[in-house]
Amino acid sequence: MNAPFGKFGRDEGPSRRDVVVVGAALVGGSLLVGCSPADLMSAGSKVEVGAFGPFIRFDPDGAVTVLSKHIEFGQGNHAGLAAIVAEELDADWTRVKVVHAPANAKLYGNGALGAQLTGGSSAISNSWDQLRKAGAGAREMFVQAASSKWSVAPSEVTVKDSVVSHPGGKSATFGELLADAAKITPPADPKLKDPKTFTLIGTDRVRRKDSQAKSDGTARYTQDVRLPDMLVAVVAHPPRFGAKVKSFDATEAKKVAGVVDVFEIPTGVAVTAATTYAARMGREALKVEWDEGAVETRSSATIAQQWRDIADGKGPSDLKWEAFDSKGDAAAASAGKDAFETTYDFPYLAHATMEPMNCVAVVDGNHCKLIHGSQGQTLDQLAAAKIVGTLPGSVEIETLFAGGSFGRRANFQSDYVAECVHVAKKVGGGRPVKLVWTREDDMRAGYYRPLTHHAVRVTLDKDGYPATWRHRIVTQSIMKGSPMPSKGPDQTAIEGTAGSPYLKATPVVDAQLALPEAGVPVLWWRSVGATHTAFVMEHTIDQLARKAGKDPVEYRRALYAKAGAQRHLAALNLAVEKAGPTAAAGFTRGVAVHESFGSVVAQVAEVKLVDGAPRVGRVVTAIDCGVAVSPDQVAAQMEGGTCYGLSGVLYGEVTLTDGTVDQSNFDTYRVLRMNEAPTVETYVVPSGNAPSGVGEPGTPVIGPAVANALLALSGTATTRLPFVRSTS
Amino acid sequence: MATTLDVNGKAVTVEAGPETPLLWVLRDELGLTGTKFGCGMAQCGACTVHVNGDPVRACVTPLAALQGAKVSTIEGLGGNHVLQQAWVRHDVPQCGYCQSGQIMSAAALLAQNKSPSDEDIDNAMSGNICRCGTYQRIRAAIKDAAGQASAPVVAAPTAKAVVANDTDEDIAAATGATGRGAGQ
Repeated sequence: MNAPFGKFGRDEGPSRRDVVVVGAALVGGSLLVGCSPADLMSAGSKVEVGAFGPFIRFDPDGAVTVLSKHIEFGQGNHAGLAAIVAEELDADWTRVKVVHAPANAKLYGNGALGAQLTGGSSAISNSWDQLRKAGAGAREMFVQAASSKWSVAPSEVTVKDSVVSHPGGKSATFGELLADAAKITPPADPKLKDPKTFTLIGTDRVRRKDSQAKSDGTARYTQDVRLPDMLVAVVAHPPRFGAKVKSFDATEAKKVAGVVDVFEIPTGVAVTAATTYAARMGREALKVEWDEGAVETRSSATIAQQWRDIADGKGPSDLKWEAFDSKGDAAAASAGKDAFETTYDFPYLAHATMEPMNCVAVVDGNHCKLIHGSQGQTLDQLAAAKIVGTLPGSVEIETLFAGGSFGRRANFQSDYVAECVHVAKKVGGGRPVKLVWTREDDMRAGYYRPLTHHAVRVTLDKDGYPATWRHRIVTQSIMKGSPMPSKGPDQTAIEGTAGSPYLKATPVVDAQLALPEAGVPVLWWRSVGATHTAFVMEHTIDQLARKAGKDPVEYRRALYAKAGAQRHLAALNLAVEKAGPTAAAGFTRGVAVHESFGSVVAQVAEVKLVDGAPRVGRVVTAIDCGVAVSPDQVAAQMEGGTCYGLSGVLYGEVTLTDGTVDQSNFDTYRVLRMNEAPTVETYVVPSGNAPSGVGEPGTPVIGPAVANALLALSGTATTRLPFVRSTS
Repeated sequence: MATTLDVNGKAVTVEAGPETPLLWVLRDELGLTGTKFGCGMAQCGACTVHVNGDPVRACVTPLAALQGAKVSTIEGLGGNHVLQQAWVRHDVPQCGYCQSGQIMSAAALLAQNKSPSDEDIDNAMSGNICRCGTYQRIRAAIKDAAGQASAPVVAAPTAKAVVANDTDEDIAAATGATGRGAGQ
């Protein structure tokens, strides 16, 4: 996020108050009020720190293990985090491993967010200084140990590939010096390397550590957890959001071989069984009646029309509009002749991770252990602690690889985690429970990218550049009710329009946000607000360039000059240069540029129509992400982010009919496949800035690039996504 | 009811209902968790295994159809198969969850076609979804394994420095500008 949402437990305003309220509720009074939020969130934790600090452990033979506070769910952060440590430590990269750290917000909180949470494309950026210091500190401990042992000056001791040496001929491995080094007090302010001397960071040696395990079937995901006496749970969920169990008949379900028990939990009716298949069959035999007194009954088409009416000034009178990035005479933005006016409609989107949501929980009294792909350990601890009645820090979490997340595995309710804990609490006695969601459970559970509407009105000056810009965004709030509120308007709804260089370059701006409510749970979806704002800003710019009779690339260059957006300009120039003068035969080019999570991505996409649907061929990508710790993984994220974004804009759409989700599996929620995948080339803009985001910034740019290619091809703008719709 | 089949070269007898999908037999009964559950209706390919040499979706293959069959799973490839080596060389996996199925589909393709074209790869692999979008590297790794590929990472000519704001030229020089993806 360009302006990250409020730091969890920040010492000000509502954040701290909310966290304290959560804590107070947990312990039944004022016992913990007055503690710092980090203390509160890690209260009860038994995590111990080793001699070399919370991030580095050594095997007796000197092999290095880096403890990652961030989950690895595909984005390659484990390679980058380990490389930062190994660089400063001068460790032998081939003997560096990475494991997930335990849950402890105080030791492993995200520096940008407070909570232990992987999000906002911040894994590398928030760890950069922290892990450089961790690695450098451990290195100094080995140097000190060698210096004492050999009676030589520390300044004469060198380290390379996990071997400590002195020019006089002495040398020893990390393993040989380990016992002595562990006795040294870790330096408070170790000297960091001059980046000129980096030998690992920024090189192609920084490759993934998990490719073998993920190619031979041994990588362990939540779905793969098998424990003695473990039960598998499947839950019957209501067909509409907000429904509760009225009654159920488990007679037939209990007759299914392998089914152990059937009982009600807050989110539905749980079936526990010895095997996954038995639990699923048990659920099929279950009869449930639902209390639909408070359900969402609107169709998505109705909601979309209501959002359009709101933007049109026909919404409820008590709905609040919040201004952002506005300047000049607002009335002027609604006046002026010959304006360019358009609207855009974006559907709900499911994350549709390959591994449907799941969790393993063990509850024994008020002791709780979770084993799962936890994206927000602190959030999961808070949710579990409330259910079992304990301190959040005492909830142990063993974080596993996750089969994708794209935002889905972290939400303020910890929905699927809480469901699992409820089942495990009912089972009790320390018996492990694995909650398994089917694809249908996953797709119909909500937590979608919100259905969103934009209305834009722009007038141009005599030179063809924006003179006034009126912008209305209507969407559901992702941050509503969270303990991590943003100041002012919900940044997750406006980021990307807010802060846009095009608004900076426009003298009069009247931009406003409205956040009406719906009973459909919504959530961040890879690149969050940029999933719609990038499309609106970048597709609008091409339409304005067309109206002004200017080339879209030159038009952007002029606006970036006006806005002082040097990084945008550099990324655009690099992408255009690398794309070369002409598209492949039969293809038409579209360009888009967008900044998100601190990084700027420019893409030149080559598009043609196949049976009326867009087909993307070559995509030339330039990214300014500061220092690229692992250039290969930056490229991988540009490839993957582009596919994820393209899948969304081509086919992604969750619709509701009278409140019931129409899609249920990959037959009705179409996603990008091999034969539709583009070829992405990635170029990194040279930069000395600290690293910025990589996991998400590649996602939002391809949509407008494709729309701009279609505009160039046909003269027709795209005002509604997805491009290819299965429903009307 | 007992069903006897050959899994990765070993005879196993399974006590499970005849309608039980092979996927759950492998995962829950035999502990072979490399084969993944993704959709349950043969839409995503995460559960792809070989039955008598053909790629099948284990999630919709009932045990009843498998009496005496030879089943191969990702574990049966041994970890050092030419495709697995190529997958590692190209750092194909991201989240990794779909990759067992991808590799099993690719192995079936290469077993029948030593030199697949792009179209052959599309036809063989379009039943396997990857939400992380590793398709480009999967294609490159298959071609590499088939002996047709260029190096896993192809660096384009170094981009010239085009940005001046806040740039520490030293770090820029150290980290460089890299281009990759072309020609994969």
